[in-house]
Amino acid sequence: MGVGTTTVGLPGKPLPAGAAQDQALSLVTDELNDKGFVVAQLDSIINWARTGSLWPMTFGLACCAVEFMQTIASRYDIDRIGMVPRASPRQSDVMIVAGTLCNKMAPAFRRVYDQMPEPRYVISMGSCANGGGYYHYSYSVVRGCDRVVPVDVYVPGCPPTAEALLYGIMQLQRKIRRTGTIAR
Amino acid sequence: MDTAGLRDLGEHVATSLSDYVFAAEVRRDELAVDARADQVVRVLKFLKDDPRCRFEQLIDLCGVDYPERDPRFDVVYHLLSISHNRRLRLRIGVNDDQPVPSAVDVYPAAGWWERETWDLYGIHFAGNPDLRRLLTDYGFDGHPLRKDFPLTGYVELRYDSEQKRVVYEPVKLTQEFRRFDFLSPWEGASYPLPGDEKVDDEAGEAER
Repeated sequence: MGVGTTTVGLPGKPLPAGAAQDQALSLVTDELNDKGFVVAQLDSIINWARTGSLWPMTFGLACCAVEFMQTIASRYDIDRIGMVPRASPRQSDVMIVAGTLCNKMAPAFRRVYDQMPEPRYVISMGSCANGGGYYHYSYSVVRGCDRVVPVDVYVPGCPPTAEALLYGIMQLQRKIRRTGTIAR
Repeated sequence: MDTAGLRDLGEHVATSLSDYVFAAEVRRDELAVDARADQVVRVLKFLKDDPRCRFEQLIDLCGVDYPERDPRFDVVYHLLSISHNRRLRLRIGVNDDQPVPSAVDVYPAAGWWERETWDLYGIHFAGNPDLRRLLTDYGFDGHPLRKDFPLTGYVELRYDSEQKRVVYEPVKLTQEFRRFDFLSPWEGASYPLPGDEKVDDEAGEAER
């Protein structure tokens, strides 16, 4: 088998679990055992790496943080898609804004975002982060966290369920795969 | 509920501090004492030290705004006596140009509550060692729990990508705040319900 003849799915489209995936994986393993290396497209590898280890910055501001914790916890367990919550912006790829963003918090919030390394993504979770929500007319609340940072995915709900957030995360993965650029 | 005991206590407070206390009344099984604002520290000290009172704990300190009244504000102190298992509410009326003597010497816990009351109502507390804003934004203008403070405030905030910082701008709403104070149709609204406008005029009669 020559180098480059192995096709593992289409670029950016993972094979569903099943016989086809097993066959593809065994092909890759065989080639790796045979030659010691595999050839693939660089952007596929980069997308695979980016989507497979989206470390979220925990930015729990209000009750949405509880649903975020549920997503982290054993039932939905975002560890299995490679997401490990970090407490530091310097180690994280995606910031999940979970809750009401107040005026007093906004400068700190922006600073945390600025400290994240590129490529960075933002998921706005819940009505308050999306557009102020219940506190839209309040004197002390930012009417949507997209006034302060660019947002990639909006997850609606008050608060969104853990499934909804998980779906939002999967949408972000899809977006990363679809965009597929090295520089962002 | 020990209403008689509370009433006795109220009388005791009112007679012992007759110069400083206007009234002590028991309503809904709660003892409320109205006192002179400039003597509030003396009253609190008495309530804390007197053997029949022994209100060792300051549970809460807050403000109330009555815009049409003079004096405009109330400052309310909630006290708890652990020894006697009793509670007491102390009220003083103040205006915003009239500083209230701070209670930190009697109850150190009063410090941050006085900061909060200053922040949200603009009531001054003379003698508080650290009377800064507590809850609102840095450099905030106004006192938001006053009845004349607009709901949406005066400024809103966004990140300016040219200045690379968060900037404040006057509030600009795409849709005004709407007040939905409908009465419940099940409890009898005093106005015609939506869709019922024609019920009482003759055109409506003819239509039917």
